[in-house]
Amino acid sequence: MKADTMKSPENELSAKAQWIWRETLRIHRQAPETRLASSLSSIEIFVALYYGGILRHDPAAPLAEHRDRLIISKGHGSICMYPILADLGFFPAQELERVCKSGGFLGGIPDPVIPGYETVNGSLGHGLGVATGIALGLKRCASDRAVFVVTGDGELHEGANWEAAMFAAHHQLDNLNLIVDDNRISMLDYTDQIVSHVDLAVRFEAFGWHVEEVDGHDVVQVREQLVAMKARHASKPKLLVAKTKKGHGVPKLEGEPLCHIINPKPALLDQLLLGEAS
Amino acid sequence: MTLPAQAMRDAFLLRLLEAMRQDDKLFFVTADFGSPVLDRIRAEHPNRFVNVGIAEQNLINVSAGLALEGFTVFAYAIAPFITMRCYEQIRVSLALLSEVRPMNVNLIGVGAGYSYVVSGPTHQCYEDLTIMRCLPNLGLLSPCDHVMAAAMFDTCIARRQPKYLRLDAQVLPIIHQEYTPNLGRGFASLRREGKLCFVATGYPVHTAIRVADEFAKAGRELAVIDLFDMAGFDKAAFLQELTSYQALVTLEEGFKGRGGLDAMLFDFLANEVPRPLLNLGVTPGYRFELGNRTELHEQVGIGPEAVKRAVSAFMDKHQL
Repeated sequence: MKADTMKSPENELSAKAQWIWRETLRIHRQAPETRLASSLSSIEIFVALYYGGILRHDPAAPLAEHRDRLIISKGHGSICMYPILADLGFFPAQELERVCKSGGFLGGIPDPVIPGYETVNGSLGHGLGVATGIALGLKRCASDRAVFVVTGDGELHEGANWEAAMFAAHHQLDNLNLIVDDNRISMLDYTDQIVSHVDLAVRFEAFGWHVEEVDGHDVVQVREQLVAMKARHASKPKLLVAKTKKGHGVPKLEGEPLCHIINPKPALLDQLLLGEAS
Repeated sequence: MTLPAQAMRDAFLLRLLEAMRQDDKLFFVTADFGSPVLDRIRAEHPNRFVNVGIAEQNLINVSAGLALEGFTVFAYAIAPFITMRCYEQIRVSLALLSEVRPMNVNLIGVGAGYSYVVSGPTHQCYEDLTIMRCLPNLGLLSPCDHVMAAAMFDTCIARRQPKYLRLDAQVLPIIHQEYTPNLGRGFASLRREGKLCFVATGYPVHTAIRVADEFAKAGRELAVIDLFDMAGFDKAAFLQELTSYQALVTLEEGFKGRGGLDAMLFDFLANEVPRPLLNLGVTPGYRFELGNRTELHEQVGIGPEAVKRAVSAFMDKHQL
C-alpha cells in the first residue's frame, strides 16, 4: 500500500475522515431514512475528537467514570458516529449492516442505548443544558474530566440553549467545550434566511464565552483547535465554531438549502463510493 | 400531642437540609423560587445550591446533568412552571433518558391546584396530574399535609427515578397525625365506614373529610381514601380496599374528565373492580373571579357544598 510512504498523524487523520465519509455514504445508501447531509458536515469534528486524541473514551466501559463526556445534541446529524464507534470497538461492525432494520439498535436518530451515546439526542436544543449540568457536577466533584457538546447552528434557535449559555458563563464552567457544526442550513432554508445567526461568535462572546473559529472540514485544524480548547482553563466556557458545509462532498446536496430533506439517488451514491462522481 | 401545622415546603426542605449535612451527593436547584428554609440550605451548602434563574427549561436539563454525575437532585419551582414550561425537558431528559440511565431527580412543585388563590390561572395548576401521570418512569407524589410531605422525603431518596412532588402552597391542617404513614402502600384509608368511598389526593382530601363528617352527622357514613402516591401505589392492596365499597367518588383539584385522578380510577376500575364512579374535579375552563379558596372551589364544582350536592344525587341514583 503506497499510503505507507505518506504516513503522518495529519495524513492518517485526513484519511480517517475520508474513510468515515465513505462509510457514512454507504450506511445512508442502505438506510435512506438516515439524515445524510447533516451527518456529512460534522465528520471532521467527530474524527478529530475520537482519533485525534482529544476525547478520553473506553469502548469496553462506555460510561466509565474516567471518560470525557461527549453530548451529541444534533443526534440526527451524527450518523457518521456509527462507523467511528464500530471502528473503535464500542459495538460489532456487523451492526452497521442493520441500521434502521429490525433487531438493530442503530436508528435513524441515535438513541442512548447505543454504546458511546450519553443522552437523548433526537429532540434538538437539550444537549447544551444537560452538558452544563454535567459540567457543574464534575466541577463539584473536583473531577478533571472534560465535557464536549456538539450542536448544529439551526438548533440554536431553541431558546433553552441560551438559558444554558448564560448559566455556563455565570458559573465559569471552563470544563465545558461546545462545538457548533455551523453549516448554516436548517431544514427548510439557510438559517440566515430563517432567523439570522450572523456573528454567532460575537453573540457567544457577549454571553461570556471564549470563542474560536475553524474550517470545520480541515480535520487537522479542527484537531489543533480542540487540543487548545480542551487545555484552556480560564474561567470561561468555550465555543469552537466549525464552519462547515451541509452535504459536504456530495453534488446536489452541498450548497442546496433543502439538502436536509433530499436523498441522493442510489446511483449517485454508488458513483461516489466508486470515486467516479465529482 | 398535636403537631403545629407547617407549610409543606418548609417541612420537606427541613428534612432536606438535615440530609444535606450527612450526604454530600444531594444537590438543590431552584428556578429563583425560595423559602426561609431555602436560605439556610444556601448558606450552609453553597456548593450544592444553585439558582438557575427564571429558566425552568434549564432547571430540568441542569438537574438531569447533575443526576447523570451521580447526584440526587431536588429541583424546585412553582408547580405550573416546573411541569408545563419545561414539559419537553422532563419528557426527554428525565422520563425518556431514565429508561436507560437511572437518575434521581425530584421535581418539587409548590402551588397545587388553587393554592395560589389570588394569583389567577397562570399560577394555579389544574393540569399537572394529567400531564405528569402520562409520562412513564416518573413518580407522582401528592401529599395532603406537611406530615406526609416530610415523610415523602424518604421516598424521594429511596426511589432512584425522576419524580414530581406536588406541594400545596398554603399551610393546611394536619391529617396524618402519626409520622409513620405507610409510604409503600401509596394510599391511606382515613375513614372506612359506609357504602361509598371518596378517593382524593392533595387538598381535596380535606374537602372529602369535611363532607364525610357532615354526612356522618346526618347518619350516613362515607369512607375516605387519601391516594398520595399516584404512580407507585400498591395495586393489590388498593384493589382489595376498593372492593369493600359499592361505589366510589374521585375528588381532585384538577380538571374533571381530562386524564387526571378520575381517568386513573376509571381505568383501574374498568380492569379490576367494576363499580359506579362519580368523578368530581374542576370544571374545565380558566376563570378570573376572585375569592377565597373555598369560594373558588364552589364555582368550579369541588367546594364542600358542590360536592355534597353531587354526592347526594349520586347516592340517590344508585340507592346507596
